[in-house]
Amino acid sequence: MAVVTTPGTGTGARRLRRVAVPALFLIGGLSVPTVVTNVGAFEDRWFPLTTMVLCGIFVMFTLGLNIVVGYAGLLDLGYVAFFLFGAYTAGWLMSSFFFQIDPGIHIFDAAINPDSPGINLSFWIVVPIAAVVAAIAGVIIGAPTLRLKSDYLALVTLGFGEILPQAFRNGESIKGFNLSNGTKGIGPTNPLDMGWLSWTGVGKDAINVFDYKTRYYVIFALCVIFILISLRLRDGKLGRAWLAIREDELAASLMGVPLMRTKLWAYGVGAAAGGIGGAFYCVSLGGVQVDTFNFQFSVIVLCMVILGGMANVYGCILGAVILTWVNYTGMKEIGNSVNNTFGTEISVPKYQFLIFGIVLVLMMLFRRDGMLPAARQKHSREIDAQIEKIGTEGVA
Amino acid sequence: MATNAHTGPMLKVENIHVYYGNIAAVKGISIEVNAGEIVTMIGSNGAGKSTTMRAISGLIAPRRGVIEFEGRKISGMPGHEVTALGISQSPEGRRIFGRMTVDENLDLGAFLRNDKDGIAEDREYVYGLFPRLKERIHQKAGTLSGGEQQMLAVARALMGRPRLLMLDEPSMGLAPMLVELIFNTIRQIREQGMTILLVEQNALAALDIADRAYVLESGVVKQQGSAKDLAASDDVRKAYLGG
Repeated sequence: MAVVTTPGTGTGARRLRRVAVPALFLIGGLSVPTVVTNVGAFEDRWFPLTTMVLCGIFVMFTLGLNIVVGYAGLLDLGYVAFFLFGAYTAGWLMSSFFFQIDPGIHIFDAAINPDSPGINLSFWIVVPIAAVVAAIAGVIIGAPTLRLKSDYLALVTLGFGEILPQAFRNGESIKGFNLSNGTKGIGPTNPLDMGWLSWTGVGKDAINVFDYKTRYYVIFALCVIFILISLRLRDGKLGRAWLAIREDELAASLMGVPLMRTKLWAYGVGAAAGGIGGAFYCVSLGGVQVDTFNFQFSVIVLCMVILGGMANVYGCILGAVILTWVNYTGMKEIGNSVNNTFGTEISVPKYQFLIFGIVLVLMMLFRRDGMLPAARQKHSREIDAQIEKIGTEGVA
Repeated sequence: MATNAHTGPMLKVENIHVYYGNIAAVKGISIEVNAGEIVTMIGSNGAGKSTTMRAISGLIAPRRGVIEFEGRKISGMPGHEVTALGISQSPEGRRIFGRMTVDENLDLGAFLRNDKDGIAEDREYVYGLFPRLKERIHQKAGTLSGGEQQMLAVARALMGRPRLLMLDEPSMGLAPMLVELIFNTIRQIREQGMTILLVEQNALAALDIADRAYVLESGVVKQQGSAKDLAASDDVRKAYLGG
């Protein structure tokens, strides 16, 4: 029988890769705003900082969903729910939306009008609150649904992802109380505040509406923190429990892995990332619009996880960056170039989902484990084939 | 450990009824396992052996009846809590974690434990029991042969340092030589003082190493007694041992 060795067991190359890959991502990520704003017109068109900020937001979402889908193997088609909770939390706590509260509550905030009513908290206070709110939402949604298996779980989460935006769309007057301001959304929210960094000379109290550079660094920092959490969790006891559940739930239970609690942790942590990303999204745009929260979002984030490489943090980052760029800039600019060159008038972004579909099909055919597969999955096809062979032989 | 405080049988299954949906798989089975014994449940397909075992390990709750382990009621408890009390199971069909290495499988067997030294000790012990596993320590478990996978399933269960070890069909799909090897190891494990509940279709092999046995048929206990007597009984010989 052929011996399948563990990929790169304890060699120098592996150790180098363990340092080099994160370093590459860190340096590459940090240098983006400098490179993009210094090179000139070409980059502004092809790599605008607005898109780079969105890339950061989607990296956050993808990492969050990766914990649920990649680590724990729970197919969630309603990730948009957590995005929604994060965004509305920021909307509620960083604007004059609750004008009933007058005089308003102001804590380290950067509201334009320091006497404005409502709850005005600093973004940096809202981030953990949004994470907790989304995590609680995750646990509440998860508790009744996580007893279901695979396809059924996917369907129920899909349902939640549809119900919640509808509820918020119609949440203008819940017995007279305005929860979500319906289709009008919540806004404007207070600008991102960087007052706590003022001692370094970098931060200002409120960042400029056009200051995408600061926005980029903020989401970048949030992502780095969540990446560290992801990696730490993966290598810890919880990570092993998730892996066991993904492999074989029954066997995991026999090993003493508490199924419900372990799955709820995955949901909670994944949702927290959705909440943080949502809060930042809201503040970055200066408001929440309920139309943002649709099924497409859940699917696109799932695509990012699959394209990049399930259960591999760096793969997920790559998948998120590439797809976000393609979505918000790539399609449009490629279309423009084609049209300019050939004098045609094709609207390339219109074919976005056709191209997405083709890419996904090709991925499933030729690179099923994503662009950067998790080390554990790398040989899975090879092993699957061998398992099958052994299964038919039965005896050895 | 609180083991000694309890007198009477270690495991007591009292008149349990287990259903899959509306289908009764177990219709009032009672068994007892005393500390230090090997007890086996034999019977043909669909007799309710595996279902009884599943009920004991908390994978499915009996609709009626009580299961007690060391005097504590465990029926209705979720699986991980039963494991925490000291019952480990090597499930039917092995169910090892195919994409993890042999060593990682053993790690998961010790999932509930925090005693690093004890875990290292037990790892050595199971590798001693199954030297073939030690040779394949970093190999993905899914690529092991059937016999090796069975060894791993038993080893993994032992890593929980259980007081009751339950083995579901350890001989399934194995060549006679490997069956003998597995059963010899079971004997060896018992000599270390382990209590074992064994479910088997291979009645001959099971009766050979067991102290007592229960013969199950269509969800009820048909016969019970010492393994030696049952192996000699005409009914059992005719039904399960081929004359």
